[in-house]
Amino acid sequence: MSKAVLMQGNEAVVEGAIAAGFRFFAGYPITPSTEIAEQSALRLPQVGGKFIQMEDEIASIAAVLGASAAGMKAMTATSGPGFSLMQENIGYGVMAEIPCVIVDVQRAGPSTGLATSPAQGDYMQAKWGTHGDHPVIAISPASVLECYTLIIRAFNLSEKYRTPVIFLMDEIVGHMREGVELPNPNDLIINPRKMSFHDGANKQCYYVPEGEFIPAMKPFGQGERYNITGLAHDESGFPVNSNEIADKLVTRLLEKVEKNVDKICRIEEYAMDDAETAIVCFGGTTRAVMSAVLKARAEGKKVGMFRPITVWPFPEAQLRERLPQLKKILMVEHNHGQMLQEVQRTVGGKLPVDFLGCVDGTVISPDAILNKLNEMEGKRHAK
Amino acid sequence: MSNRYEMRFAGSGGQGVILASVIIAEAAVISGVKAVQSQAYGPEARGGVSKAETVISRDQIWYSKVTKPNFLLALTQASLDKYSTELAEGAIVMMDDSLKAPEYLDAARVISIPILETAKTKVGKAFTANIVAVGAINRALQLFEGKELMEGVKRHIPAGTEEINEKALNEGAALISDKQAAAFKQSIG
Repeated sequence: MSKAVLMQGNEAVVEGAIAAGFRFFAGYPITPSTEIAEQSALRLPQVGGKFIQMEDEIASIAAVLGASAAGMKAMTATSGPGFSLMQENIGYGVMAEIPCVIVDVQRAGPSTGLATSPAQGDYMQAKWGTHGDHPVIAISPASVLECYTLIIRAFNLSEKYRTPVIFLMDEIVGHMREGVELPNPNDLIINPRKMSFHDGANKQCYYVPEGEFIPAMKPFGQGERYNITGLAHDESGFPVNSNEIADKLVTRLLEKVEKNVDKICRIEEYAMDDAETAIVCFGGTTRAVMSAVLKARAEGKKVGMFRPITVWPFPEAQLRERLPQLKKILMVEHNHGQMLQEVQRTVGGKLPVDFLGCVDGTVISPDAILNKLNEMEGKRHAK
Repeated sequence: MSNRYEMRFAGSGGQGVILASVIIAEAAVISGVKAVQSQAYGPEARGGVSKAETVISRDQIWYSKVTKPNFLLALTQASLDKYSTELAEGAIVMMDDSLKAPEYLDAARVISIPILETAKTKVGKAFTANIVAVGAINRALQLFEGKELMEGVKRHIPAGTEEINEKALNEGAALISDKQAAAFKQSIG
Protein backbone atom coordinates (compact mmCIF):
# COMPACT_ATOMS: atom_id res chain seq x y z
CA MET A 1 0.00 0.00 0.00
CA SER A 2 1.14 3.53 -0.78
CA LYS A 3 2.26 5.89 1.98
CA ALA A 4 0.24 8.72 0.46
CA VAL A 5 -3.02 9.78 2.06
CA LEU A 6 -5.96 11.52 0.49
CA MET A 7 -6.22 14.97 2.00
CA GLN A 8 -8.24 18.10 1.36
CA GLY A 9 -6.49 21.46 0.90
CA ASN A 10 -8.25 22.94 3.91
CA GLU A 11 -7.21 20.00 6.10
CA ALA A 12 -3.60 20.24 4.93
CA VAL A 13 -3.56 23.91 5.99
CA VAL A 14 -4.36 22.90 9.57
CA GLU A 15 -1.82 20.07 9.65
CA GLY A 16 0.91 22.29 8.21
CA ALA A 17 0.04 25.12 10.59
CA ILE A 18 0.27 22.79 13.58
CA ALA A 19 3.69 21.65 12.35
CA ALA A 20 4.65 25.36 12.23
CA GLY A 21 3.65 25.80 15.87
CA PHE A 22 0.10 27.09 15.40
CA ARG A 23 -1.74 26.67 18.72
CA PHE A 24 -4.61 29.21 18.66
CA PHE A 25 -7.53 29.54 16.29
CA ALA A 26 -10.38 32.00 16.54
CA GLY A 27 -12.82 32.18 13.69
CA TYR A 28 -16.33 32.19 12.36
CA PRO A 29 -16.98 29.33 9.93
CA ILE A 30 -17.78 30.31 6.35
CA THR A 31 -17.85 28.32 3.11
CA PRO A 32 -15.44 27.43 1.54
CA SER A 33 -13.09 27.76 4.53
CA THR A 34 -15.23 25.90 7.09
CA GLU A 35 -13.12 22.73 7.14
CA ILE A 36 -10.20 24.76 8.49
CA ALA A 37 -12.27 25.72 11.54
CA GLU A 38 -13.61 22.17 11.89
CA GLN A 39 -10.19 20.58 11.67
CA SER A 40 -8.68 23.16 14.04
CA ALA A 41 -11.44 22.42 16.56
CA LEU A 42 -10.58 18.75 16.35
CA ARG A 43 -6.79 18.97 16.24
CA LEU A 44 -5.80 21.91 18.45
CA PRO A 45 -6.99 20.38 21.76
CA GLN A 46 -4.95 17.26 20.86
CA VAL A 47 -1.74 19.32 20.78
CA GLY A 48 -2.44 21.57 23.77
CA GLY A 49 -3.86 24.41 21.69
CA LYS A 50 -7.07 26.43 21.89
CA PHE A 51 -9.96 26.76 19.48
CA ILE A 52 -12.62 29.45 19.87
CA GLN A 53 -15.59 30.08 17.64
CA MET A 54 -16.22 33.81 17.89
CA GLU A 55 -19.39 35.80 17.27
CA ASP A 56 -18.09 37.20 13.98
CA GLU A 57 -14.96 37.82 11.95
CA ILE A 58 -14.12 41.15 13.59
CA ALA A 59 -13.93 39.44 16.96
CA SER A 60 -12.05 36.52 15.39
CA ILE A 61 -9.14 38.57 14.11
CA ALA A 62 -9.10 40.57 17.36
CA ALA A 63 -8.79 37.35 19.38
CA VAL A 64 -6.05 36.10 17.07
CA LEU A 65 -4.05 39.32 17.53
CA GLY A 66 -4.51 39.12 21.30
CA ALA A 67 -3.41 35.50 21.46
CA SER A 68 -0.37 36.22 19.32
CA ALA A 69 0.64 39.24 21.42
CA ALA A 70 0.43 36.96 24.45
CA GLY A 71 2.86 34.55 22.82
CA MET A 72 0.91 32.01 20.75
CA LYS A 73 1.19 31.33 17.05
CA ALA A 74 -2.31 32.17 15.92
CA MET A 75 -4.41 31.81 12.76
CA THR A 76 -7.91 32.51 11.53
CA ALA A 77 -9.64 31.36 8.35
CA THR A 78 -12.43 32.96 6.39
CA SER A 79 -13.73 33.80 2.92
CA GLY A 80 -14.51 37.08 1.14
CA PRO A 81 -17.34 38.42 3.34
CA GLY A 82 -15.39 37.66 6.53
CA PHE A 83 -12.14 38.89 5.03
CA SER A 84 -13.83 42.25 4.45
CA LEU A 85 -14.84 42.42 8.11
CA MET A 86 -11.31 41.64 9.25
CA GLN A 87 -9.62 44.42 7.32
CA GLU A 88 -9.55 47.07 10.04
CA ASN A 89 -7.83 44.78 12.52
CA ILE A 90 -5.42 43.44 9.92
CA GLY A 91 -4.15 47.03 9.71
CA TYR A 92 -3.94 47.08 13.50
CA GLY A 93 -1.81 43.93 13.36
CA VAL A 94 0.48 45.58 10.82
CA MET A 95 0.84 48.77 12.86
CA ALA A 96 1.31 47.01 16.21
CA GLU A 97 3.57 44.40 14.53
CA ILE A 98 1.70 41.35 15.71
CA PRO A 99 2.47 38.18 13.74
CA CYS A 100 -0.47 36.01 12.67
CA VAL A 101 -1.79 34.17 9.63
CA ILE A 102 -5.11 35.02 7.98
CA VAL A 103 -6.39 32.37 5.57
CA ASP A 104 -8.81 33.62 2.91
CA VAL A 105 -10.33 30.78 0.88
CA GLN A 106 -11.74 32.90 -1.91
CA ARG A 107 -15.23 32.37 -3.26
CA ALA A 108 -17.23 34.17 -5.92
CA GLY A 109 -18.23 37.69 -4.85
CA PRO A 110 -18.87 40.53 -4.46
CA SER A 111 -20.78 40.47 -1.15
CA THR A 112 -22.07 36.97 -0.29
CA GLY A 113 -21.93 36.18 -4.03
CA LEU A 114 -21.93 32.49 -4.94
CA ALA A 115 -21.14 30.93 -1.59
CA THR A 116 -19.82 27.58 -2.82
CA SER A 117 -18.12 28.64 -6.06
CA PRO A 118 -14.48 29.48 -6.70
CA ALA A 119 -12.99 32.89 -7.52
CA GLN A 120 -9.81 34.90 -7.03
CA GLY A 121 -11.45 38.27 -6.64
CA ASP A 122 -9.78 39.14 -3.32
CA TYR A 123 -6.30 39.52 -4.82
CA MET A 124 -6.27 43.32 -4.70
CA GLN A 125 -8.15 43.31 -1.39
CA ALA A 126 -5.35 41.25 0.17
CA LYS A 127 -3.02 44.16 -0.57
CA TRP A 128 -5.29 47.17 -0.30
CA GLY A 129 -8.17 46.00 1.92
CA THR A 130 -6.93 47.77 5.00
CA HIS A 131 -6.33 51.50 4.87
CA GLY A 132 -3.11 53.43 4.93
CA ASP A 133 0.31 52.61 3.52
CA HIS A 134 1.30 49.24 4.84
CA PRO A 135 3.34 46.18 3.90
CA VAL A 136 1.56 42.98 2.89
CA ILE A 137 2.88 39.48 2.43
CA ALA A 138 0.46 37.11 0.72
CA ILE A 139 1.09 33.54 -0.43
CA SER A 140 -1.08 31.44 -2.71
CA PRO A 141 -0.94 27.61 -2.85
CA ALA A 142 -1.77 25.53 -5.96
CA SER A 143 -1.90 22.02 -4.52
CA VAL A 144 -2.81 20.16 -1.35
CA LEU A 145 0.86 19.56 -0.59
CA GLU A 146 1.54 23.29 -0.93
CA CYS A 147 -1.30 24.03 1.49
CA TYR A 148 0.86 22.16 3.99
CA THR A 149 4.31 23.43 3.05
CA LEU A 150 3.38 27.04 2.29
CA ILE A 151 1.30 27.62 5.40
CA ILE A 152 4.49 26.78 7.32
CA ARG A 153 6.26 29.44 5.26
CA ALA A 154 3.41 31.87 6.00
CA PHE A 155 3.95 31.39 9.74
CA ASN A 156 7.71 31.69 9.35
CA LEU A 157 7.48 34.94 7.40
CA SER A 158 4.91 36.31 9.82
CA GLU A 159 7.20 35.64 12.78
CA LYS A 160 10.33 36.82 11.01
CA TYR A 161 8.88 40.13 9.89
CA ARG A 162 6.39 40.59 12.75
CA THR A 163 3.50 41.19 10.44
CA PRO A 164 0.19 39.49 9.55
CA VAL A 165 0.55 37.20 6.51
CA ILE A 166 -2.36 36.52 4.18
CA PHE A 167 -2.69 32.92 2.95
CA LEU A 168 -4.65 33.55 -0.22
CA MET A 169 -6.37 30.32 -1.19
CA ASP A 170 -9.34 29.68 -3.45
CA GLU A 171 -12.21 27.18 -3.42
CA ILE A 172 -10.46 25.13 -6.11
CA VAL A 173 -7.54 24.25 -3.84
CA GLY A 174 -9.36 24.49 -0.48
CA HIS A 175 -11.96 21.89 -1.39
CA MET A 176 -9.77 19.74 -3.61
CA ARG A 177 -8.58 16.39 -2.32
CA GLU A 178 -5.47 14.69 -3.61
CA GLY A 179 -3.02 12.08 -2.52
CA VAL A 180 -0.12 13.59 -0.59
CA GLU A 181 2.94 12.32 1.19
CA LEU A 182 3.61 14.85 3.91
CA PRO A 183 7.22 15.80 4.61
CA ASN A 184 9.05 14.32 7.58
CA PRO A 185 8.55 16.76 10.50
CA ASN A 186 12.32 16.63 11.14
CA ASP A 187 12.94 18.12 7.69
CA LEU A 188 10.83 21.21 8.35
CA ILE A 189 12.32 24.61 9.08
CA ILE A 190 10.30 26.42 11.74
CA ASN A 191 11.14 30.00 12.70
CA PRO A 192 10.77 30.54 16.42
CA ARG A 193 9.58 33.97 17.50
CA LYS A 194 12.36 36.48 18.19
CA MET A 195 11.72 37.44 21.80
CA SER A 196 13.22 40.04 24.10
CA PHE A 197 13.13 39.72 27.87
CA HIS A 198 13.93 43.13 29.32
CA ASP A 199 17.66 42.61 29.46
CA GLY A 200 18.66 46.04 30.69
CA ALA A 201 19.84 47.82 27.55
CA ASN A 202 16.70 46.86 25.65
CA LYS A 203 13.83 48.18 27.77
CA GLN A 204 11.61 49.67 25.10
CA CYS A 205 9.10 47.22 23.65
CA TYR A 206 9.55 48.50 20.07
CA TYR A 207 13.29 49.08 20.36
CA VAL A 208 14.99 48.48 17.01
CA PRO A 209 18.78 48.16 17.02
CA GLU A 210 20.65 50.32 14.52
CA GLY A 211 20.64 48.79 11.02
CA GLU A 212 17.75 46.42 11.79
CA PHE A 213 14.11 46.64 10.85
CA ILE A 214 12.30 44.38 13.25
CA PRO A 215 12.02 44.75 17.01
CA ALA A 216 12.19 41.57 19.10
CA MET A 217 8.84 40.84 20.70
CA LYS A 218 8.22 41.20 24.41
CA PRO A 219 5.79 38.65 25.79
CA PHE A 220 2.63 40.60 26.59
CA GLY A 221 1.16 39.84 30.00
CA GLN A 222 4.39 38.54 31.46
CA GLY A 223 6.89 40.71 33.31
CA GLU A 224 6.91 44.38 32.57
CA ARG A 225 3.72 46.05 31.32
CA TYR A 226 3.70 47.78 27.98
CA ASN A 227 1.31 49.43 25.59
CA ILE A 228 0.04 48.19 22.22
CA THR A 229 -1.80 50.61 19.96
CA GLY A 230 -2.82 51.19 16.37
CA LEU A 231 -1.91 54.86 16.77
CA ALA A 232 1.47 56.06 15.62
CA HIS A 233 3.78 55.24 18.51
CA ASP A 234 7.35 55.53 19.63
CA GLU A 235 9.59 52.72 20.82
CA SER A 236 7.82 52.65 24.19
CA GLY A 237 4.60 51.66 22.42
CA PHE A 238 2.73 54.78 23.59
CA PRO A 239 0.99 57.04 21.05
CA VAL A 240 2.75 60.18 19.91
CA ASN A 241 1.48 62.92 17.65
CA SER A 242 4.83 63.48 16.02
CA ASN A 243 5.15 63.63 12.22
CA GLU A 244 8.79 62.71 12.49
CA ILE A 245 8.18 59.60 14.60
CA ALA A 246 5.19 58.58 12.46
CA ASP A 247 7.33 58.89 9.33
CA LYS A 248 10.10 56.81 10.85
CA LEU A 249 7.64 54.14 12.01
CA VAL A 250 5.63 53.77 8.78
CA THR A 251 8.80 53.85 6.66
CA ARG A 252 10.31 51.11 8.80
CA LEU A 253 7.13 49.00 8.56
CA LEU A 254 7.20 49.29 4.75
CA GLU A 255 10.92 48.64 4.54
CA LYS A 256 10.62 45.42 6.54
CA VAL A 257 9.10 43.93 3.39
CA GLU A 258 10.51 46.21 0.66
CA LYS A 259 14.13 45.66 1.69
CA ASN A 260 13.63 41.90 1.88
CA VAL A 261 11.61 41.42 -1.26
CA ASP A 262 14.19 39.01 -2.77
CA LYS A 263 13.91 36.74 0.24
CA ILE A 264 10.12 36.94 0.39
CA CYS A 265 9.19 36.63 -3.30
CA ARG A 266 9.01 33.10 -4.64
CA ILE A 267 7.84 31.94 -8.02
CA GLU A 268 7.36 28.68 -9.90
CA GLU A 269 8.14 28.39 -13.60
CA TYR A 270 7.44 25.59 -16.05
CA ALA A 271 8.88 25.32 -19.57
CA MET A 272 10.01 28.95 -19.47
CA ASP A 273 13.57 28.44 -20.76
CA ASP A 274 12.69 28.85 -24.44
CA ALA A 275 9.15 30.18 -24.02
CA GLU A 276 7.94 32.98 -26.27
CA THR A 277 4.53 33.14 -24.61
CA ALA A 278 4.25 33.17 -20.83
CA ILE A 279 0.98 32.30 -19.13
CA VAL A 280 0.91 34.03 -15.75
CA CYS A 281 -1.38 32.56 -13.08
CA PHE A 282 -1.60 31.88 -9.36
CA GLY A 283 -3.36 29.56 -6.89
CA GLY A 284 -5.91 27.05 -8.17
CA THR A 285 -5.83 28.47 -11.71
CA THR A 286 -2.34 26.98 -12.04
CA ARG A 287 -3.87 23.52 -12.45
CA ALA A 288 -5.69 24.37 -15.68
CA VAL A 289 -2.74 26.42 -16.94
CA MET A 290 -0.34 23.50 -16.43
CA SER A 291 -2.64 21.17 -18.39
CA ALA A 292 -2.88 23.78 -21.15
CA VAL A 293 0.89 24.36 -21.28
CA LEU A 294 1.55 20.61 -21.56
CA LYS A 295 -0.95 20.35 -24.45
CA ALA A 296 0.46 23.45 -26.17
CA ARG A 297 4.00 22.08 -25.85
CA ALA A 298 2.85 18.76 -27.33
CA GLU A 299 1.71 20.80 -30.35
CA GLY A 300 5.14 22.40 -30.56
CA LYS A 301 4.12 25.80 -29.23
CA LYS A 302 6.70 27.68 -27.19
CA VAL A 303 4.50 28.34 -24.19
CA GLY A 304 5.58 28.42 -20.55
CA MET A 305 4.04 29.06 -17.16
CA PHE A 306 5.08 31.82 -14.76
CA ARG A 307 3.43 31.58 -11.38
CA PRO A 308 3.89 33.91 -8.41
CA ILE A 309 3.80 31.79 -5.25
CA THR A 310 4.30 34.94 -3.21
CA VAL A 311 1.49 37.02 -4.72
CA TRP A 312 2.25 40.10 -2.57
CA PRO A 313 4.68 41.66 -2.96
CA PHE A 314 4.24 40.89 -6.66
CA PRO A 315 7.48 39.25 -7.90
CA GLU A 316 8.12 41.91 -10.51
CA ALA A 317 11.91 41.44 -10.65
CA GLN A 318 11.51 37.77 -11.60
CA LEU A 319 8.94 38.58 -14.29
CA ARG A 320 11.04 41.47 -15.65
CA GLU A 321 13.96 39.06 -16.09
CA ARG A 322 11.86 37.01 -18.53
CA LEU A 323 10.65 39.93 -20.65
CA PRO A 324 13.52 40.03 -23.21
CA GLN A 325 12.80 36.47 -24.43
CA LEU A 326 9.01 36.85 -24.55
CA LYS A 327 6.76 37.92 -27.40
CA LYS A 328 3.55 38.04 -25.40
CA ILE A 329 1.96 37.32 -22.05
CA LEU A 330 -1.41 35.81 -21.18
CA MET A 331 -2.74 36.43 -17.67
CA VAL A 332 -5.27 33.83 -16.52
CA GLU A 333 -7.11 34.38 -13.24
CA HIS A 334 -10.59 33.83 -11.79
CA ASN A 335 -11.54 37.49 -11.60
CA HIS A 336 -12.03 40.48 -13.89
CA GLY A 337 -8.33 41.33 -14.16
CA GLN A 338 -6.55 42.01 -10.86
CA MET A 339 -3.07 40.49 -10.99
CA LEU A 340 -3.31 41.61 -14.62
CA GLN A 341 -2.71 45.16 -13.37
CA GLU A 342 0.52 44.13 -11.64
CA VAL A 343 1.66 42.30 -14.77
CA GLN A 344 0.87 45.31 -16.98
CA ARG A 345 2.69 47.61 -14.56
CA THR A 346 5.74 45.33 -14.64
CA VAL A 347 5.69 44.93 -18.42
CA GLY A 348 5.29 48.68 -18.87
CA GLY A 349 3.90 48.41 -22.42
CA LYS A 350 6.94 46.53 -23.76
CA LEU A 351 4.85 43.47 -24.71
CA PRO A 352 1.21 42.74 -25.49
CA VAL A 353 -0.54 41.40 -22.38
CA ASP A 354 -3.73 39.46 -23.03
CA PHE A 355 -6.24 38.36 -20.43
CA LEU A 356 -8.52 35.41 -19.71
CA GLY A 357 -10.72 35.62 -16.62
CA CYS A 358 -14.13 34.71 -15.32
CA VAL A 359 -16.54 36.02 -12.68
CA ASP A 360 -19.35 33.45 -13.03
CA GLY A 361 -18.19 31.00 -10.36
CA THR A 362 -17.05 28.34 -12.84
CA VAL A 363 -13.52 27.00 -13.26
CA ILE A 364 -11.50 28.04 -16.32
CA SER A 365 -10.69 24.89 -18.34
CA PRO A 366 -7.46 24.01 -20.16
CA ASP A 367 -9.42 24.11 -23.44
CA ALA A 368 -10.53 27.69 -22.77
CA ILE A 369 -6.87 28.64 -22.27
CA LEU A 370 -5.80 26.83 -25.47
CA ASN A 371 -8.58 28.58 -27.41
CA LYS A 372 -7.38 31.91 -26.05
CA LEU A 373 -3.80 31.12 -27.14
CA ASN A 374 -5.04 30.25 -30.64
CA GLU A 375 -7.08 33.43 -30.76
CA MET A 376 -3.99 35.48 -29.78
CA GLU A 377 -2.01 33.65 -32.46
CA GLY A 378 -4.67 34.58 -35.04
CA LYS A 379 -4.58 38.19 -33.98
CA ARG A 380 -0.82 38.29 -34.34
CA HIS A 381 -0.86 36.76 -37.81
CA ALA A 382 -3.57 39.14 -38.96
CA LYS A 383 -1.38 42.13 -38.24
CA MET B 1 -7.60 3.07 -19.37
CA SER B 2 -6.23 6.21 -20.96
CA ASN B 3 -3.88 8.09 -18.69
CA ARG B 4 -6.76 10.12 -17.31
CA TYR B 5 -9.97 8.42 -16.13
CA GLU B 6 -12.69 10.90 -15.26
CA MET B 7 -15.57 9.93 -12.98
CA ARG B 8 -18.61 11.98 -12.06
CA PHE B 9 -21.00 11.22 -9.20
CA ALA B 10 -24.33 13.02 -9.21
CA GLY B 11 -27.43 13.02 -7.06
CA SER B 12 -29.37 15.07 -4.61
CA GLY B 13 -27.64 16.85 -1.70
CA GLY B 14 -27.57 14.47 1.28
CA GLN B 15 -27.37 11.23 -0.75
CA GLY B 16 -23.64 11.01 -0.14
CA VAL B 17 -22.37 11.22 -3.71
CA ILE B 18 -19.48 13.41 -2.55
CA LEU B 19 -18.45 10.75 -0.03
CA ALA B 20 -18.71 8.08 -2.75
CA SER B 21 -16.28 10.06 -4.91
CA VAL B 22 -13.95 10.62 -1.93
CA ILE B 23 -13.87 6.88 -1.18
CA ILE B 24 -13.03 6.04 -4.79
CA ALA B 25 -10.23 8.63 -4.69
CA GLU B 26 -8.97 7.30 -1.36
CA ALA B 27 -8.93 3.72 -2.67
CA ALA B 28 -7.00 4.96 -5.71
CA VAL B 29 -4.38 6.62 -3.51
CA ILE B 30 -4.15 3.50 -1.33
CA SER B 31 -3.63 1.37 -4.45
CA GLY B 32 -0.77 3.64 -5.53
CA VAL B 33 -2.29 5.63 -8.39
CA LYS B 34 -2.86 9.38 -8.48
CA ALA B 35 -6.27 10.80 -7.70
CA VAL B 36 -7.80 14.24 -7.41
CA GLN B 37 -11.31 14.73 -6.03
CA SER B 38 -13.52 17.80 -6.06
CA GLN B 39 -17.17 18.74 -5.89
CA ALA B 40 -19.76 21.34 -6.73
CA TYR B 41 -22.91 21.87 -4.75
CA GLY B 42 -25.41 24.55 -3.84
CA PRO B 43 -25.64 26.35 -0.50
CA GLU B 44 -28.29 23.99 0.88
CA ALA B 45 -27.33 21.00 3.08
CA ARG B 46 -30.13 18.80 1.66
CA GLY B 47 -31.66 18.76 -1.80
CA GLY B 48 -30.47 20.52 -4.92
CA VAL B 49 -28.21 18.83 -7.45
CA SER B 50 -24.94 17.68 -5.94
CA LYS B 51 -22.01 16.77 -8.14
CA ALA B 52 -18.69 15.24 -7.20
CA GLU B 53 -15.74 14.31 -9.36
CA THR B 54 -12.74 12.03 -9.14
CA VAL B 55 -9.93 11.93 -11.67
CA ILE B 56 -7.65 8.88 -11.58
CA SER B 57 -4.35 8.58 -13.42
CA ARG B 58 -0.94 6.97 -13.31
CA ASP B 59 0.49 10.39 -14.21
CA GLN B 60 0.48 13.70 -12.35
CA ILE B 61 -3.01 15.19 -12.51
CA TRP B 62 -3.01 18.93 -13.16
CA TYR B 63 -6.48 20.13 -14.07
CA SER B 64 -8.61 18.86 -11.19
CA LYS B 65 -12.04 19.00 -12.81
CA VAL B 66 -13.89 16.56 -15.01
CA THR B 67 -14.73 17.80 -18.50
CA LYS B 68 -15.85 14.64 -20.34
CA PRO B 69 -16.52 11.88 -17.83
CA ASN B 70 -15.67 8.29 -18.71
CA PHE B 71 -18.04 7.21 -15.95
CA LEU B 72 -21.23 8.73 -14.53
CA LEU B 73 -23.15 7.66 -11.44
CA ALA B 74 -26.62 9.20 -11.21
CA LEU B 75 -28.96 8.69 -8.28
CA THR B 76 -31.74 11.12 -9.25
CA GLN B 77 -33.58 11.80 -12.51
CA ALA B 78 -32.58 15.48 -12.43
CA SER B 79 -28.87 14.65 -12.13
CA LEU B 80 -29.11 11.91 -14.79
CA ASP B 81 -30.82 14.25 -17.26
CA LYS B 82 -28.38 17.05 -16.53
CA TYR B 83 -25.08 15.17 -16.71
CA SER B 84 -25.78 12.40 -19.24
CA THR B 85 -25.54 14.97 -22.03
CA GLU B 86 -21.83 15.60 -21.50
CA LEU B 87 -20.04 12.25 -21.60
CA ALA B 88 -16.83 10.97 -23.14
CA GLU B 89 -17.18 8.54 -26.03
CA GLY B 90 -17.91 5.07 -24.72
CA ALA B 91 -18.65 6.35 -21.23
CA ILE B 92 -20.34 4.04 -18.77
CA VAL B 93 -23.47 5.31 -16.99
CA MET B 94 -24.56 3.71 -13.73
CA MET B 95 -28.03 4.74 -12.61
CA ASP B 96 -30.61 3.75 -10.09
CA ASP B 97 -33.19 1.55 -11.79
CA SER B 98 -36.02 3.78 -10.57
CA LEU B 99 -34.84 6.36 -13.12
CA LYS B 100 -35.66 6.55 -16.79
CA ALA B 101 -32.60 6.44 -19.05
CA PRO B 102 -32.64 9.14 -21.74
CA GLU B 103 -33.09 7.62 -25.20
CA TYR B 104 -29.86 9.05 -26.57
CA LEU B 105 -27.77 6.91 -24.20
CA ASP B 106 -26.22 3.73 -25.59
CA ALA B 107 -28.14 1.00 -23.72
CA ALA B 108 -25.12 -1.29 -23.91
CA ARG B 109 -23.15 1.20 -21.79
CA VAL B 110 -25.86 1.73 -19.17
CA ILE B 111 -25.87 -0.16 -15.88
CA SER B 112 -29.34 0.23 -14.37
CA ILE B 113 -29.45 -1.35 -10.91
CA PRO B 114 -31.57 -0.99 -7.73
CA ILE B 115 -29.06 0.99 -5.64
CA LEU B 116 -31.54 2.88 -3.46
CA GLU B 117 -33.83 -0.12 -2.91
CA THR B 118 -30.90 -2.39 -2.02
CA ALA B 119 -29.69 0.07 0.60
CA LYS B 120 -33.16 0.33 2.09
CA THR B 121 -34.23 -3.31 2.14
CA LYS B 122 -31.16 -5.57 1.84
CA VAL B 123 -28.71 -3.48 3.89
CA GLY B 124 -31.52 -2.04 5.97
CA LYS B 125 -30.38 1.61 5.95
CA ALA B 126 -31.32 3.97 3.12
CA PHE B 127 -28.30 6.19 3.86
CA THR B 128 -25.91 3.43 2.78
CA ALA B 129 -26.95 3.92 -0.86
CA ASN B 130 -23.68 5.68 -1.65
CA ILE B 131 -21.66 2.75 -0.31
CA VAL B 132 -23.85 0.29 -2.22
CA ALA B 133 -23.02 2.35 -5.31
CA VAL B 134 -19.29 2.28 -4.53
CA GLY B 135 -19.45 -1.53 -4.22
CA ALA B 136 -21.24 -1.80 -7.55
CA ILE B 137 -18.84 0.63 -9.25
CA ASN B 138 -15.78 -1.29 -8.19
CA ARG B 139 -17.28 -4.65 -9.15
CA ALA B 140 -18.18 -3.31 -12.60
CA LEU B 141 -15.01 -1.34 -13.34
CA GLN B 142 -12.63 -3.50 -11.24
CA LEU B 143 -10.47 -0.57 -10.32
CA PHE B 144 -9.15 -1.70 -6.93
CA GLU B 145 -8.59 -4.76 -4.78
CA GLY B 146 -11.41 -5.43 -2.32
CA LYS B 147 -9.20 -4.69 0.69
CA GLU B 148 -8.02 -1.39 -0.83
CA LEU B 149 -11.61 -0.33 -1.32
CA MET B 150 -12.63 -1.38 2.20
CA GLU B 151 -9.66 0.55 3.64
CA GLY B 152 -10.82 3.57 1.62
CA VAL B 153 -14.30 3.20 3.11
CA LYS B 154 -12.96 2.78 6.67
CA ARG B 155 -11.02 6.05 6.49
CA HIS B 156 -14.24 7.96 5.90
CA ILE B 157 -16.92 6.39 8.07
CA PRO B 158 -17.63 6.70 11.80
CA ALA B 159 -16.01 4.01 13.95
CA GLY B 160 -18.44 1.21 14.71
CA THR B 161 -20.16 1.31 11.33
CA GLU B 162 -17.64 -0.93 9.53
CA GLU B 163 -19.95 -3.95 9.49
CA ILE B 164 -22.94 -2.28 7.89
CA ASN B 165 -20.73 -0.50 5.37
CA GLU B 166 -18.98 -3.72 4.42
CA LYS B 167 -22.42 -5.27 3.94
CA ALA B 168 -23.40 -2.33 1.74
CA LEU B 169 -20.25 -2.78 -0.37
CA ASN B 170 -20.96 -6.47 -0.82
CA GLU B 171 -24.63 -5.96 -1.65
CA GLY B 172 -23.60 -3.34 -4.18
CA ALA B 173 -21.09 -5.70 -5.80
CA ALA B 174 -23.77 -8.40 -5.97
CA LEU B 175 -25.88 -6.15 -8.20
CA ILE B 176 -23.33 -6.56 -11.00
CA SER B 177 -23.43 -9.72 -13.08
CA ASP B 178 -20.26 -11.53 -14.19
CA LYS B 179 -21.16 -10.59 -17.75
CA GLN B 180 -21.31 -6.88 -16.83
CA ALA B 181 -18.05 -7.12 -14.89
CA ALA B 182 -16.35 -8.66 -17.92
CA ALA B 183 -17.78 -6.00 -20.24
CA PHE B 184 -16.95 -2.92 -18.19
CA LYS B 185 -13.57 -3.78 -16.67
CA GLN B 186 -11.08 -0.90 -16.83
CA SER B 187 -7.34 -1.33 -16.61
CA ILE B 188 -5.38 1.40 -14.92
CA GLY B 189 -2.36 2.59 -16.84
